[in-house]
Formats: sequence, C-alpha cells, structure tokens
Amino acid sequence: MTATADPAKVRGETILTVDDLVKHFPITRGVLFRRQVGAVRAVDGVSFTLRRGETLGIVGESGCGKSTLARVLMRLETPTSGRATLQGRDLLTAGGGELRRLRRNMQMVMQDPYTSLNPRMTVGDIIGEPFDIHPDAAPKGSKRGRVQELLDVVGLNPEHVNRYPHQFSGGQRQRIGIARALALRPEVIVCDEPVSALDVSIQAQVINLLEQLQDEFGLSYVFIAHDLSVVRHICDRVAVMYLGRIVEIGTEEEIYERATHPYTQALLSAVPVPDPEARGTAGIIRLTGDVPSPADPPSGCHFRTRCWKAEDICAREDPPTVPRPADPHPSACHFAALRARSDPTGRG
Amino acid sequence: MTESAPRPTPASPTPPGGHLLDVRDLHVEFRTGEGVAKVINGVSYHLDPGETLAVLGESGSGKSVTAQAVMGILDSPPAVIRSGQIRYRGRDLLTLPEEQRRQVRGKEIAMIFQDALSALNPVFPVGWQISETLRHRDGMSRADARRRTVELMDLVRIPGAAGRLGDHPHQFSGGMRQRVMIAMALALDPKVLIADEPTTALDVTVQAQIMDLLADLRRDLDMAMILITHDLGVVAGVADRIAVMYAGRIVEHADVRPLYRAPAHPYTKGLLASIPRLDVRGRELSTIRGLPPNLMRIPGGCPFHPRCPYAQQVCVDVVPDDLVLADGRTSACHFAQEVHDDRDR
Repeated sequence: MTATADPAKVRGETILTVDDLVKHFPITRGVLFRRQVGAVRAVDGVSFTLRRGETLGIVGESGCGKSTLARVLMRLETPTSGRATLQGRDLLTAGGGELRRLRRNMQMVMQDPYTSLNPRMTVGDIIGEPFDIHPDAAPKGSKRGRVQELLDVVGLNPEHVNRYPHQFSGGQRQRIGIARALALRPEVIVCDEPVSALDVSIQAQVINLLEQLQDEFGLSYVFIAHDLSVVRHICDRVAVMYLGRIVEIGTEEEIYERATHPYTQALLSAVPVPDPEARGTAGIIRLTGDVPSPADPPSGCHFRTRCWKAEDICAREDPPTVPRPADPHPSACHFAALRARSDPTGRG
Repeated sequence: MTESAPRPTPASPTPPGGHLLDVRDLHVEFRTGEGVAKVINGVSYHLDPGETLAVLGESGSGKSVTAQAVMGILDSPPAVIRSGQIRYRGRDLLTLPEEQRRQVRGKEIAMIFQDALSALNPVFPVGWQISETLRHRDGMSRADARRRTVELMDLVRIPGAAGRLGDHPHQFSGGMRQRVMIAMALALDPKVLIADEPTTALDVTVQAQIMDLLADLRRDLDMAMILITHDLGVVAGVADRIAVMYAGRIVEHADVRPLYRAPAHPYTKGLLASIPRLDVRGRELSTIRGLPPNLMRIPGGCPFHPRCPYAQQVCVDVVPDDLVLADGRTSACHFAQEVHDDRDR
C-alpha cells in the first residue's frame, strides 16, 4: 500500500463536523402496552470538528457516553437528533449506497481484540472482507496481495494470512483490527479504547504504530480513551466528556496545562504518576460520590453534584461550552478558572 | 529452564522472629492437555508487619498465581505446587492440613479481587454477605454480626451503611462494590491483605479514592499489604518495595525510589520507558520488542533474552542468578550493574 499523496487534500481542513448530537436510549415499562417512562441520555448535545491529519482525543470516565458517541458516528446506532457531516456530506441521514460510500471513508478500531475478530475466519478473510463489501476498492484478483500488503504495513508477517485469530497475541490481534480498518483507505478512523486491553509493553508498540500510520497515510483519528496519559501522548486536541456532554475542549496543551473546568482538573490530578519522587498527594482533588445516572442527570450543570465550586446558579443554568475569560478555549463552567500557576496539573 | 538453587530473599535483613510472610523458592506448574506450563519458577518474597509490597507484572507473569498459592485457592487441577515453602509466622502453610489452613485464610491473610461484580454473590444482600463470614467463622449472633457489619461498612466509607445492608451488589456503583469487598476481607481482622488489581476496573477518580482508602486502612489497622498490579503509576504512590515479575520469576526486587530512579533489570527499564506519562511531554515511546514467552516453552538461559537490548551469548546459555547490588536490591540479570549505571537507554 502506498501513501496517497493527493494535493487537493490539504492538511488542516475540516473533515468531520458534529453538531449538537443527541442519543437517548428509551426506558420502557409494560409488556403489552409498552410506554416510554424515561430516557438514558447517553449523548446529550455534543459538538466538535475534526481536521485532516489531526487526532482528537475524547476522554471521560465509564458511562460518560464516549463509546456511544463512536457508535453513533459509525451509524451503528441511530441518533435521536443532531447533525454530522463527513467532508460536507450528511453522515446521519445517508442510507443505502450513500451510507456504504461514506463508511468507506470512516472506519473503526474496536477496544477488545478478543471479541472483535471472528474466531472462525482466517486473518486473510477478516482483513479482506471489506473488499467483498466494496468490490471496486480492489481490482479483481488483487485481494490477496492487498491483504498481505496490509499485514506488512501493520507489522505482521504477510505469510500468516491463513492463520486464525487465536494463533495471535492480544497486541497482534489489535494490529489485525487496525489492518482491517485501513483496508479501504479511509480518511477518518474512530479508535474506541484501542490500547486499553493491552499490556504496557505492547500498548507502546500499538500507539507507535497508530502514529506512524497517521504520518504515512494522512489519517485523522477520533481517539476515545480513558487513559489520560495515553491521550496526551497521541492527541493534538482533546475533548473531556461528562454525563453525555463535552465539558471542555481544546488543544492538548490547553487541556493539560490550562484546564479551566473543575472536572478536568480533578481528573488530571487523580492520574497516578509513575515516579515516587514527583508525587505529592497534596495536589490531588478528591471528588466525592459517584457519577449520577445518565437516566436522571442533575439540573443545570451535570457536574454540580460533585463540584466544590457549585453555587445556586449551577443548579439553575446549564453552562454552555464556550470560551471563558480565564482561558480562550471552550469550557462549560460558570466559574471557569485556572488552577494555581505553580501547580498546573495538580502536583508540585 | 534449568532448576536453580533456592535464592536468598533480597532487600531487608530477616528480623529476629522471622518474616511475617515468607515465600521461598516457589514453583507452580499448570498441567493441561496441551502440555505443562511453568507458571511460577522459583519465586521468593517476604513481607514484614506494616509494610506494602507491590508485585508488578504483565498478564501471564505469575503475579496473581503466586498470591493464589499463598491464599491456598489455586485451582488444582490444573495447578500443581512442585516445590517451595510459604511460611507464615514461621509455619509452612503448604504442609498444614486443610482444616488449619482454613483458620489462616481470612483470619490471618485475606484477599480482595479485581472484579467486585463477579466476586460478590448477585442474589444475596451485601449485608448478609459480609455478616456470613462473622457468623460462621467468629460464631457471632445475628445481632452482633449485624452491628459489626455496619461498623465495617462505615470503616470502608460506604455512606448510609445501616440503610444499605439490604441492598444487592447491582445496586452499588463499581467503587462502592469494591468497598463492600474490602469490608468482607476485613471482617476477620486479617494481618495481611492481598489486593489483586484492586482498581484496574475503576475510573481514575474512583481509583484514587480506593487507593487512599487502602492506604489508610493499612495504617489504621496495622496490616501488611501485598498489592498486585500492572500499573506502574499506582505502585509509585503506595508501595514500600516492588517485586517485578516476568515469566514466573522475580526479575528485580528493590525499594520503590531506587527502582524508579535507576532500574537494574532491562525489563523494568523497558517498562518504565514504554508508558506515556502525563508529566513528561514530546517523547517517542520506546517499546520492548517482541512478546512475552509462551509459558510452555520458556526460552533457555534468561527468559527475557529474546527481547533484551543488552542480551549477549551468556544470556542465551546461562540462567542468571539474583545479583545483589550495592544497596541490597536484587536483579536477575547478568549485566545488572551495567543496566543500573546506564542512564541513556
């Protein structure tokens, strides 16, 4: 596979736009007369843009809606409302052949390399399946060659094309998942926790592979993860999600060095640093309680029930994710402010 | 892999009365239909009252199996303890009859697990599950057990404990379920708490809460703790000593600070270099090449040699002994001193 150097594809132009995306899962009662009694607001009004060649990290704790967001973007779930465009074409209303063409440009790498590969298919069949669905993507008879090229690109032995997934380790399986995502030469890849199931020494190999493929093919990544250290390493921009909403979004530096939202600050301060010397527990912001249920989120600011800055206004008014005086990147907090300068990420 | 002689337990000197817990040259294999997997190949470590030992390793390194052997909860078959001793207060647990072993389990050494949801019984209220231990093992009356259960739930900071006795595990969040399991482990007032990946399934903010809780409990109840984890970040905050495991052996054993400052085994060095860090920017991740070995076919010589940047012919031919470095730490590497002094790689 050779790099597709198309001069028309300018690095930095907006490739994916998501606007006020909502996904509510209905909660129903009754068997015969099913009626909706509520909704789990998994994704509750999310907007962002992704530029060509860029990696946008989406971080948040479990239940914040980051994986549902990925599934809606891939059209594995039907959104409740909102708009999303991929290169100007509507992603959410497309159907049939149009949707199939759009999906060619946007592929996904799943979290669990053990369940996302069919154990009864050979690696060649798994990576070659996209070519069966899109016959025009590989000229007749060239499929096997393309599959072997893909194996080579992701650092696997091309001769292993007839092996089955169980013959590979976790890290190798994740490479197979990446090769499958690359098969149709997409421009956007949605990575849903691609390294969180892997051991530390293997995780670094896969992160380096993703970065190298991005440079080689000019890919744009939506990189969903809960590990803030991994996200800082790989992402250009970062969005922090809490209970279905983006509470803060900015460049990697804005989020990690100049976070203004209390949730982001607490999240960053809680990350354990692998260095006993640099560690001062004094900087850790201890959040109390648990994340509220997305079926019944608090009024106003969703974070107010765990926030030490919360006042009456936080219960009344939902803070929009807009630029704040404390720092020009968007943050959804009425009292957005930087942490003390000497202590940007919560430790001295 | 060739048999190695029992190695001395590294780091601190043996106190007059012996160590609280002393694992000596433990060998465990799994005999399966496909062959024999050598899961533990001569592990020795010890624990003294009040200290926290971290056992660090990746999947398949044998860190959990060692703990299960200490607890006496290995699944046999397939697991077989080939040799070694597990001495608790001077008595070898492996030679005790099951009835006496049972008295140690829970009362002296207790364990908490990674996945609280599957470690708790879904069909019984948590109050019942915690008090069951008290009634069966301590012979407490229903009312006393109930009172003690509420105390335990308060101790692990479950809000409104008395009102939650009747709740089932699914009614608790992940962090709260972990607290329930900790309460169960503390029920019989153990002297040693083994925590097997206690926060791996939890989010970072909850993880911080649980690690704080464990550290406070360890201090307040004067327990010793073995923390089993793969997370170099979690270890840095709470452990006194670290034993790094690879392919069923402890490859490096040291106090926390010296180990992070200058690892003396290439595997430890590779691990530390391969994790992205929140506080260090713009560094390409170095990787450990290759894969961990198949435990049915552990490479001869040093099991790490196929992945090691320092490897030479001697590493292929000779199993390295534990080299004791100047400050009392040990490293199972022929080139331990060179690795320790080499700050560039």
